[in-house]
Amino acid sequence: MKIGVFICHCGSNIEGTVDTAAVAEAAMAFPEVVYAKDLMYACSEPGQDAVIEAVREKGLDGVVVASCTPRMHEPTFRRAIERAGLNRYMLEMANIREHVSWIGKNREANTNKAVDLVNIAVEKLRRDRPLTPKSFDITRRALVIGGGVAGIQAALDLADGGKEVILVERTSSIGGKMAQLDKTFPTVDCSSCVLGPKMVDVAQHPNITLYAYSEVEEVSGYVGNFDVKLRKKATYVDWAKCTGCGACMEKCPSKKSLDRFNEGMGGAPAINIPFPQATPKKAVIDAEYCRQFVKGKCGVCAKICPTGAINYDMKDEIIEVKVGAIIAATGYDLFDYTKYGEYGGGRYPDVITSLQYERLLSASGPTEGHIKRPSDGKEPKTIVFIQCVGSRDKSVDRPYCTGFCCMYTAKQAILTKDHIPDSQSYVFYMDIRAPGKLYDEFTRRGIEEYGTRYIRGRVSMIVPKNGGLLVRGADTLLGQQVEVEADLVVLAVGAEAAKGARQLAEKLRISFDNYGYFMESHPKLRPVETNTAGVFLAGCAQGPKDIPASVGQGSAAAAKVLGLFSKEQLENDPQISQVDIKRCVGCGKCESTCPFGAIHMIDFRGQPKAEVIETVCQGCGICAVTCPQGAVQLSHFTDNQILTEVEALCLF
Amino acid sequence: MDALNLNASYDADFVAAVQAQSGQNVSLCYQCGNCTAGCPYTFVYDIPVSQIMRLVQAGQKRRVLESHSLWLCATCESCTTRCPNDIDVARIMDVLRHMARCEGYAPEGAVKAFWDSFLESVRKHGRVFEVGVVARYVTRTGRFMTDVDLAPRVIPKGKLSLRPHPIQGKEEMEKIFKRFQEQGGCL
Amino acid sequence: MSSPTYAYYPGCSGLGTSKEYDRSTRAVCKALRVDLRDMPDWSCCGSTPAHTVDHIFSAALSARNLGIILAMGLNAATTPCPSCLTNLRTAEERMKKTEFGERVNKLLDAPYAGGVETKSVLQILVEDVGLEAIAAATVKPLAGLKVAAYYGCIMNRPPELMRFDDHENPMAMDRIMTAMGAEVVPFPLKVECCGASYGVARQDVTAKLSGRLLQTAVDAGADVIVTACPLCQMNLDLRQNQALKALGASFSIPTLYYTQLMGKALGLPEVELGFDKICVSPKQAFAAMGKAKEEKQKSSQGSRT
Repeated sequence: MKIGVFICHCGSNIEGTVDTAAVAEAAMAFPEVVYAKDLMYACSEPGQDAVIEAVREKGLDGVVVASCTPRMHEPTFRRAIERAGLNRYMLEMANIREHVSWIGKNREANTNKAVDLVNIAVEKLRRDRPLTPKSFDITRRALVIGGGVAGIQAALDLADGGKEVILVERTSSIGGKMAQLDKTFPTVDCSSCVLGPKMVDVAQHPNITLYAYSEVEEVSGYVGNFDVKLRKKATYVDWAKCTGCGACMEKCPSKKSLDRFNEGMGGAPAINIPFPQATPKKAVIDAEYCRQFVKGKCGVCAKICPTGAINYDMKDEIIEVKVGAIIAATGYDLFDYTKYGEYGGGRYPDVITSLQYERLLSASGPTEGHIKRPSDGKEPKTIVFIQCVGSRDKSVDRPYCTGFCCMYTAKQAILTKDHIPDSQSYVFYMDIRAPGKLYDEFTRRGIEEYGTRYIRGRVSMIVPKNGGLLVRGADTLLGQQVEVEADLVVLAVGAEAAKGARQLAEKLRISFDNYGYFMESHPKLRPVETNTAGVFLAGCAQGPKDIPASVGQGSAAAAKVLGLFSKEQLENDPQISQVDIKRCVGCGKCESTCPFGAIHMIDFRGQPKAEVIETVCQGCGICAVTCPQGAVQLSHFTDNQILTEVEALCLF
Repeated sequence: MDALNLNASYDADFVAAVQAQSGQNVSLCYQCGNCTAGCPYTFVYDIPVSQIMRLVQAGQKRRVLESHSLWLCATCESCTTRCPNDIDVARIMDVLRHMARCEGYAPEGAVKAFWDSFLESVRKHGRVFEVGVVARYVTRTGRFMTDVDLAPRVIPKGKLSLRPHPIQGKEEMEKIFKRFQEQGGCL
Repeated sequence: MSSPTYAYYPGCSGLGTSKEYDRSTRAVCKALRVDLRDMPDWSCCGSTPAHTVDHIFSAALSARNLGIILAMGLNAATTPCPSCLTNLRTAEERMKKTEFGERVNKLLDAPYAGGVETKSVLQILVEDVGLEAIAAATVKPLAGLKVAAYYGCIMNRPPELMRFDDHENPMAMDRIMTAMGAEVVPFPLKVECCGASYGVARQDVTAKLSGRLLQTAVDAGADVIVTACPLCQMNLDLRQNQALKALGASFSIPTLYYTQLMGKALGLPEVELGFDKICVSPKQAFAAMGKAKEEKQKSSQGSRT
């Protein structure tokens, strides 16, 4: 081979603690190296041009670049050598920045280590072979899981981009948490009024197929070619016949079923349409509360339904679809505040969550927009809001800041003043987080114009007193223990990962963090992608965020999918496993250890042999390690290559 | 109130000692005030407990050790139990109290007198002789009217022994106290 | 249900101001077949004053007793006093760290090797005996008696150390009282400190804190308060007048040890229970309880005729 080695200064990042010229000189002594040069910024245009020129002039057939981490610029240099006429996989990189210059200041030691790393890169390159990716067809249909605002936006953008979309939502209507809100900050727009048109667009868009009251059952396949099974849960109402007239709800004798949309405030009929703008506007029977199911006697809704849509014998249905990309937009759930025994542990009816309060504020809520104490229905005059319930709290394993509670509490306090002009609201806070456009101004407005009293300090306990609640907190700015006699206490509960998120992540084969939020590829630069090709993220499923950020991510994920679908065909990464059939004994261990399902056993002339599904293989190498025969090898990371690197490193 | 010079007034040894003796990292405290909010004794403290924590964070040794609050903390554990950062605040208060005693601070003379009287009784008899404790306390403080209103309630009920209950092992008890003092303990 | 053997650490006040607690505890344990073994020559754990002086010193005072328990051939101990409980448990926990343990052992005549778990009597009654057995052994149900259960600040806190009942809303006494027929009223200040040992040196402190507790109990509709701590009982009962003066109020409400009420419900002889030692007498509350029962019987008979 004729190998060229390029050592990057990276300004002073590398050159500051590594003698790059010396490294280049040392590299010339390595076998098959015919050219070595140090460059100021290898990734810059002149840097790349220098590499390309050297390839052409010196007739190089392989390049080593010693610079930053390959995670930064491997694609850059691959494209560069391809422009120079080489196969893009005849490139190796030595990380002499993150692994050398950034971790120590000893110039001599660093230079020696850099030389070693270049040495092993050269040894690896010597055994590289040109690789060719394979191309495969794509199904240009997307699956969006989750019908909240992020999922809705993603679906609309994809549909407007001319692609078919399947939108799956596990409750009976799309809208998510945003549909449960009364108003949104900082504009105090009516939430359903701004979300409603988008929901209608989803329902009416010819490119969108909406499966509500459905969940993802199983996912198999790979990017561009996913096979997904959806479970349409039994609603016991034939939605083809249901007109959403609501007659069933009126006559249903069971009025105490769990009203999830209203966060358990008030009761709902056992057959229910969750809210007036529900999309689709179809009824669902909750079998846990329905007398027909529980006692075997009722049937009122079946009698009354004008279109005969009730069907008590309905079963779940499995639907199979083929899609090319998946967007997980499954949202969040609220922290269970009953963990705070000092706040009553759920025993005090007048201590409620922010979302429950939102339902009280809403005109389509259980009290028709009149704020009433759950205990006695009276209008509260003194309302205490407590921030950071289940956020920024290591003791309940929620150290993170949810990021939108300061804003929604400010909004709720302002709205309270609108609803009850002679009320007084108190907000107990630690810090106010108001980073968005017009956010800080909005919180100040609450204080300066609406008379909300902000008290800096936490609340240690809430105890019932004289029919109300005594809230004991601190005003740390005054240096004082304080007490407020409240009629109602609203807890600004934090967000946590949606229930079932971890199980869905396993089905999609994506990672999740400690808290169940799906893991993005890079927290800064790739927030809507995952490390699983073809699966993207949008909204709070990736981490708590406000509505504009969720909407933005919905569009971003859609753009990623449209980009994916714009290709004629997709190419796989050829740095994947290959099975040497002659060595394979058909033990099947690789098949069971592959986390991606990318190896399967085939019949080869009557004998079981392993075969890699090239489009699914992610190149992790677990099969190569598992194989007792060494029959499975990871291209570009073969056992021989790794052993040569080790030998080069260990020889003095 | 003069400006506090942060470079000069921060007593790093003090902060290190508090952390070492209490096993707590005071930087974990983000001054939320939950401890002050829940502390039932705040009403008699001169410095609320969250501010004691702030003063420790700021390395202000003298101001902390001369406070009355340290002597009025009952170690009721409300603060420790509810701290969102899992800081054992009650333990820090105890440690500060140890330091205050050793450095000769006793702004709540009667409280110290009571505890000292209690421990003297334990030292002498091995078990607390309640009447003896009150007697010592009254002698030390001169507060002869202490709880005289309770005497008519408690004496006829035979709830107070007029004699101590010394134990066999009271020499060992004396040795525990002595060894503690010899090792530099501040009784 | 048979219970294991426990070394019994009564605590110093059990010999004096909380005699009735010690007596009623022993009587109830005997009746419910909890095997308590007296400790030879136990000494004071140091209570609050010791830990305000030094933690090694305080642990040494406890460790001497833990050593006695090991020498008895036992690994389990129990005490009715929460202050003793916290000292014994804390010493055991902290001495698991080598450096701390060594320093404590230097103060003692004989080093303590560790291995004793101390629980409250309340925990043993709930866990070893069980609510069903307690209910079954009840011969004189406390029907008609409204009880507020006050646990005090340290019995269940911090939860990592005490590891028994809920630290904000403990229910052990509530459940026992209910099992024995009483009506337990919701009491929001179950774990709020009563003023601890400040009664002598800072009467204003205990008066205020205990006053608030008494008022809360009365507001909750309780006939009696039950407690499981000698200091709480003393502050609420012996010092009730001091508290009422601070409140500017003039009600009265008896504060009993839960073991006393248990003994009554178990039909044990009054001499074992020491109601006469309670300053604010429960006689009236018990009489009213009897009356309420009579009324109930009368009215149910009346409805039949």
